[in-house]
Amino acid sequence: MAPAIELRGVTKRFLTPSGTVFTALRDLHMAIQPGEFCAVVGPTGCGKSTTLGLISGLEPPSDGEVDVFGQPVKGIADGIGYMFQSDAVFPWKTVLENVAAGPRYRGTSHRDAREKAREWIARVGLAGFEDRYPYQLSGGMRKRVALAQSLINGPRILLMDEPFSALDVQTRSLMENELLSLWAASSASVVFVTHDLEEAISLSDRVFVITAGPGTVKSNYKVDLPRPRNVAEVRFQPRFIEIYEEIWKDLKDEVLVSYERQKRGAA
Amino acid sequence: MSVRSAAPLKLASLAPGEKAARSVVDLAERRRQQAQRRRVSVIVLRVLVAVVILGGWQLGARLGVIDTFFWSQPSDIAATLWRWLTEGTDLGPLWEQVLVTMEETVGGFFVGSVLGVIFGIVLGRNALLSDVLGPYIKGANAIPRVVVGALFAVSLGLDIRAKIATASVLVFFVVFFNAFQGVREVDRNLINNARILGADNRRLTAEIIVPSALSWIVASLHTSFGLALVGAVVGELFGATQGVGELIYLSKNLFDTGGVFAGMALLAAMALVAEALITALENRLIRWRPPVATETRI
Repeated sequence: MAPAIELRGVTKRFLTPSGTVFTALRDLHMAIQPGEFCAVVGPTGCGKSTTLGLISGLEPPSDGEVDVFGQPVKGIADGIGYMFQSDAVFPWKTVLENVAAGPRYRGTSHRDAREKAREWIARVGLAGFEDRYPYQLSGGMRKRVALAQSLINGPRILLMDEPFSALDVQTRSLMENELLSLWAASSASVVFVTHDLEEAISLSDRVFVITAGPGTVKSNYKVDLPRPRNVAEVRFQPRFIEIYEEIWKDLKDEVLVSYERQKRGAA
Repeated sequence: MSVRSAAPLKLASLAPGEKAARSVVDLAERRRQQAQRRRVSVIVLRVLVAVVILGGWQLGARLGVIDTFFWSQPSDIAATLWRWLTEGTDLGPLWEQVLVTMEETVGGFFVGSVLGVIFGIVLGRNALLSDVLGPYIKGANAIPRVVVGALFAVSLGLDIRAKIATASVLVFFVVFFNAFQGVREVDRNLINNARILGADNRRLTAEIIVPSALSWIVASLHTSFGLALVGAVVGELFGATQGVGELIYLSKNLFDTGGVFAGMALLAAMALVAEALITALENRLIRWRPPVATETRI
């Protein structure tokens, strides 16, 4: 069976405003199986988010190939959900309209879209908040709206760019558990970008470590912790700590390289 | 003394839960009273400002410090307004003059802002078009635009069209630049999110770009209504048979500064009413924004 996502020898360069070329990713290889939950960790500025942009089709690669379900990515494909790092819910739409946006854009009638949206709003625990505007919600609630907004389209691939990094610790582990149960009920492959190794291990089946920029895959680790997991408790298991130590050895060097570079850049 | 000491005694006799509920009620009540008191004092102070300015003016005129031939005096202005209201102006009934100027203003405001929004969004969405037309628009904007009033007075004649055209030119640029900027400032994340969710270009414009630019556009409407009024009055000065601007022009020719001031007072009143209407429109259109304290905003 073809992998759900495959990146082969992908390089991505950007032109900076000053006219120089910046290489974000270099010769990156990555394959993600259908239904697999993958985490991508790496130091700041290593091109983690860029990878998601390439898979989603928002950005074309400068070099190499990106396949989704065996098909080369050309523009934004169907079946992809994307949760952004910052708030990307539409501030001028109510919760209901925000969640109903996806089906409506894909041609579902207004009534059916709203009906489906109500179901999803209830599923993420926001029943009763349908008519609120985003500014009237807390940060965690806005994340729930974004989650429902992405999942309502029934994506086969869900891309998540540090979606919970702005939340407090308690809200965050609640959201992580909910994400896991929603994911278990679907058959989607997830690519979850984070800089937090604990979060990466507790959520995923596989962890990719990316090198300090220009980013490329340094190594990948299988996380063989049993499911279903409770993210607040799984981190106390001895096996979790073993895996953590193993990956951290790898990640530490990259973090140090990136930190040294930043210090030099600032000096 | 006895009243003051009675209150804590009464509180102490209540059960603890009841006491907490009581103090919450008291706090809410106190806040309401404070807000009420503030509102009253704002109104009193506003009246006081008017009294000081108008009273000082009147007093100065009576004492001979202010030359009433050039600067008139509040009592004359009030008398002129009263005469216009009861006996009509030299151009006809007062309400007709106000109505004519209002028609010109609203017409120019409407035409100018619709064109401004359309051009702003089209150019904001199309980089090539904005690069090509940019210098021309900036150049046109640099011309003191009231002079086009002269052009329109010649080409369109004395009727309402010349005034609407002048007013709409003034309004157009303000609304255009705001709409353009509003389109340019749309959060990239929101656009990406909408595209991932499946929005095509038409949907993207209608549901993301326009609503996002709307707060910029509506903000510009406050300024541009004032400009529409300027355009209408300037148009009337260039040649008209009716309107508040024409009334001011006529008073000026008769060296009746009281009439000039009376016309200005009318224009100010019209602008204030329009401002209130636009604020109401803004609150309707932009319900999704956290409410701001409108009372303290100027």
